[in-house]
Amino acid sequence: MKDTAAPYVTTDGRQIGDVLMDMRGITLRFGGVEAIKNISFDIREGEIRAIIGPNGAGKSSMLNVISGFYNPQEGEVWFRGEKRPAMKPFQVARLGIARTFQNIALFDGMSVLDNIMTGRLTHMKTGMLSQMIWKGRAEREEVENRAVVERIIDFLEIQAIRKTPVGRLPYGLKKRVELARALAAEPKLLLLDEPMAGMNVEEKEDMSRFILDVNDEFGTTIALIEHDMGVVMDLSDRVVVMDYGRKIGDGTPSEVRNNQEVIDAYLGVAHD
Amino acid sequence: MLYREAGDFKTTYAADSQTFPIAFDRWRYWAVLAVAWLVIPFVIDDYWANAILVPFLIYSIAAIGLNILTGYCGQVSLGTGGFMAVGAYSVYKLMTAFPDVSMLIHVVLAGFITAAVGAAFGLPSLRIKGFYLAVATLAAQFFLVWLFNKVPWFYNYSASGQISAPERFVGGIAVTGAGTAPAAQYLICLFFVTLCALLARNLTRGSVGRKWMAIRDMDIAAEIIGVNPLTAKLSAFAVSSFFIGIAGALFFAVYLGAVEVGEAFGIQKSFLVLFMCIIGGLGSIFGSFAGAAFLVLLPVALKVLGVDLLGWPSSTVAHLQLVAVGALIMFFLIKEPHGLAQLWRIAKEKLRLWPFPY
Repeated sequence: MKDTAAPYVTTDGRQIGDVLMDMRGITLRFGGVEAIKNISFDIREGEIRAIIGPNGAGKSSMLNVISGFYNPQEGEVWFRGEKRPAMKPFQVARLGIARTFQNIALFDGMSVLDNIMTGRLTHMKTGMLSQMIWKGRAEREEVENRAVVERIIDFLEIQAIRKTPVGRLPYGLKKRVELARALAAEPKLLLLDEPMAGMNVEEKEDMSRFILDVNDEFGTTIALIEHDMGVVMDLSDRVVVMDYGRKIGDGTPSEVRNNQEVIDAYLGVAHD
Repeated sequence: MLYREAGDFKTTYAADSQTFPIAFDRWRYWAVLAVAWLVIPFVIDDYWANAILVPFLIYSIAAIGLNILTGYCGQVSLGTGGFMAVGAYSVYKLMTAFPDVSMLIHVVLAGFITAAVGAAFGLPSLRIKGFYLAVATLAAQFFLVWLFNKVPWFYNYSASGQISAPERFVGGIAVTGAGTAPAAQYLICLFFVTLCALLARNLTRGSVGRKWMAIRDMDIAAEIIGVNPLTAKLSAFAVSSFFIGIAGALFFAVYLGAVEVGEAFGIQKSFLVLFMCIIGGLGSIFGSFAGAAFLVLLPVALKVLGVDLLGWPSSTVAHLQLVAVGALIMFFLIKEPHGLAQLWRIAKEKLRLWPFPY
């Protein structure tokens, strides 16, 4: 089994760079339950990396380790060539890692625009005093960041709902707003936890196109969890397969598709 | 007909994010300010100042303060009365220690002292939420009132245990003490209301306000986009207490003149300000004004109606007032949790299209 690939060029001609995130021997326990057992894999700059596996395999736990919700008992997380100490989620966010959630986690009381503007918070530095005065630094910063947010609004085609309270939006649009909020942070690594869960075919196609466009236009590295195999195989450059907290496969979609262990995990094996 | 956004195009992001995007609203705002500053001071008399306008202005500041904490940041507080007491006693100590310094500076300093105390009592919010936090702030309320009763240093060892405001000046005009003109009382309160509302509005529309609202709506998601819950919650407590401290200082020095802490800043005060926020509208600066106006005017209106017009005994009217407030709280919690501000917003949405249905 091939664990790491050197920098390479994808079939559609995108240059995949150095290792951005390196997970080394991660083990995560909840009491006596080992959710993740000694898993290592890396994510390279510019690639779309999928994490797949049956329910309860530990995929979301893995994403939570990357985004700082859980700190693993064993193993090291390396980001941009440096070992990352145990961190709180907001510190991880400041390193340039943004994510979306499986069940949407938007701020229901705020408008779409304000929700996406929260994604810029790591970039907004003016102190409370200048904010109170508003005119001058705070307003300038607000306008600069608004311009960034407006580009993302254009990109994801949600101009019409800018001022709508998020609570009133349908599910598919909420997912898109959540992606917009994550993108507004201009992350180096974007984590998507089941971006297509509960969508119909048309919405899935839209979302897939947005993910590819994000990767293409902004050069954002993306790690995603997804259950729809068709989507995973089409979108991703490399795939990690997990089952019962172990890694059972790692490689390009075609390699993974032909891996006997992966096939067994998904289809089950006859016990004789 | 006037209330339209059509034709009022925004060409910059700055213009789009202003407080009153609709031109008519802007004019109304300037008109209200002009009347408040240029007309009312000349016509105000003692009854209007003491029964209605001064308490309304002071409670507006307190409600803005609590609204920042509870409405914007989602941290329920029942310690408002205690924090108002901190403002009152701070300003009293400052007034008596430095008699020559302008009252404006004293009141602002009292706000800063209250902000520090508020941030300290906000520390439990990092660990506990909701009801449990409300109870923790309740502890602050009782502790602070007990402290100001118990330690004679706070009331300058006066025999009665009360504090009373000596005469102090702003630019040669008395604003506290027995000989204060109603217009002076009114103007110093109006000055702080205008200032506080402006500061609060600026804070809540920018990145600090978004941090607070993110914590309120979903704290886990807030953390994942880079909001440090510690600084966000403590800053909300500090800013909220700053306003509440100013309100407490004015309530004691300008409005009442003499204060017994348990009576003026007891738990009822905490509930009164919380009710103002709920009835006015959580998460709205306008709502703070609406709620304060409503709860200041309600007893006056009931008294005029019940005692003066219908001739009922005043005790009956006082009881009726409690019933009415209780019923209103329940009505708003069930029917319109966003309060008067939301009703106002709906009315404005309708007005934008009126007289057409679409």
